[in-house]
Amino acid sequence: MTGDQDLREFEQFIYREARYADEHDYDAWEALWTDDALYWVPAGGDLAEPETRMSVIYDNRSRIATRLNQLRTGRRYAQTPPSSLRRVISNIEVLGRDGREVTVAANFVLAESRERGVVTWAGRVTYRLRLVDGELRLAGKQVLLVNRDQPLPTLAFLI
Amino acid sequence: MAEPDYAVPDSPGPDYSALIRPDRVHGSLYTDPRVFAGELARIWYRTWVYVGHESEVAEPGDYVRKTLGLQDVIMTRGTDGTVRLLLNRCAHRANLVCEAERGNAKSFRCPYHGWTYKNTGELIGFPFNQGYGGKGTIESELSLAAVPRVAEHQGFVFGSMAADGPSLAEHLGEAAGELDRLARLSPEGKVELTAGWLRHRTRANWKLLAENETDGYHPQFVHGSIFSVTQSPIGALYSDKSTAVTRDLGHGHSENDLRPEFRRIGAPMRWFGTTPERVPGYAARMREAYGEAAEQILVEGAPHVMVFPNLFVAEIQVFVIEPVSAGECVQHSTAVQLAGAPELNRRMISQSVGSVGPAGMLLADDTEMYERNQRGLAMLRPEWLDLRRGLHRERTDERGLKVGTATDETGMRGFWAHYLSLMAAA
Repeated sequence: MTGDQDLREFEQFIYREARYADEHDYDAWEALWTDDALYWVPAGGDLAEPETRMSVIYDNRSRIATRLNQLRTGRRYAQTPPSSLRRVISNIEVLGRDGREVTVAANFVLAESRERGVVTWAGRVTYRLRLVDGELRLAGKQVLLVNRDQPLPTLAFLI
Repeated sequence: MAEPDYAVPDSPGPDYSALIRPDRVHGSLYTDPRVFAGELARIWYRTWVYVGHESEVAEPGDYVRKTLGLQDVIMTRGTDGTVRLLLNRCAHRANLVCEAERGNAKSFRCPYHGWTYKNTGELIGFPFNQGYGGKGTIESELSLAAVPRVAEHQGFVFGSMAADGPSLAEHLGEAAGELDRLARLSPEGKVELTAGWLRHRTRANWKLLAENETDGYHPQFVHGSIFSVTQSPIGALYSDKSTAVTRDLGHGHSENDLRPEFRRIGAPMRWFGTTPERVPGYAARMREAYGEAAEQILVEGAPHVMVFPNLFVAEIQVFVIEPVSAGECVQHSTAVQLAGAPELNRRMISQSVGSVGPAGMLLADDTEMYERNQRGLAMLRPEWLDLRRGLHRERTDERGLKVGTATDETGMRGFWAHYLSLMAAA
């Protein structure tokens, strides 16, 4: 990571990613990811090995594309109509740097409104941001829901 | 000590025979709290209910918390190797004796007054025991309650809260063979459910899920989005042109038998969307284990079977339906793991994570349908849900079982016939 990327830039990136997700801007959201992307929402009370344990979401770049393409059909009924979403992200901390990559973590609270009512989602997100051709990109996003050890309602939007 | 009978007091419900007809069922069956209470008494706390899998408590002392109806059940394996189902309630003041979801323990200690039970349920300690006249006094009376009947098939552990009744083998009947078919896909003949569970809260009556599991009419519509995006061949299995059949297996069980399609295609591993060349170790081990029979096993693939009232095997996934109330349930899902098949196991987890659970690209859409059904059920007219699809073309096969085409509602009719026999029983 070059030294001139500061916390403010990471924050701006994170806020932009959140806005694209909240507003179902699938094209803009997809463009943030690197080719070796990993979008992971673990399940259960412990952080088990994702290759040998069930996760809520464990998408590589190709599966991210599949997920978004399904949403784009307009017949992904769990998101038809799309949830109305707004999330607040706070407690942003840089946890580490490794070459071109920086690990940033934050807490979030998200309100999801659908016909069935409002669901509040909350948790901790860990982002792996990477500088690619002078631009920040998203290489990894892990979302640890506070209630991941409890039954969850449908989670068909981009969290 | 005689096994207790947990059949709960049951008030007379509606006249079920008036609400359940051969070609339709009444909407109130999905919404009426009295019906739900009746189901607890007459189904969940009487008949055989799937609770957990032996592989989840592989070692002596292993335990895992499960549910049976509304009961919080600890599935334990004793040092004697026996799997038991204990109700999670201290015999003293009804506190939960087990807080952890899983673990390994020789005993459970109630946090309230320190009463301690062996993992067989036997009371072994109660502090300041002079208050009870010392050791050797109350132990025989005050153990953890056990589910009176526990039995397994292919490691799938079922419990019945009734001390007497049909055996598990009688209950499973023709469905047993489908679990055998799943186990036969392992070169060691063993299924393992060790990948952990997703739990999906669903605002719908549990029966909407049980009926949908072998409804071959919906996939092209509900799942058209993911089938089109991935160019999946699954949709074609559930069409007017498909040679697959829907079979009423009796006792409320049903299946979508996809074997006719896979036999017609005749390609080993097609059911898993691959070829033997791409999973060479697995194919070799299967041929070693089953000889000439391996080819047929690899062509025919995995079962798609709903075991009444709450276990669903969908080829490479296992689902369990947990009832909560008339309008709510929880779906549990995991990937099948086959002993001796590491090449398949990781793929089965990966495919399952993509498909099932709250974010699953298949199951979240099913769940959306269940929840919309439940909302629709609040409308007062028409009062009935129609079940007649394929009734005119249903036939009886050589096993004496009712069979419909891939998209017929034969499975649902079988579910309701058995449901009626349980709910209307004296």
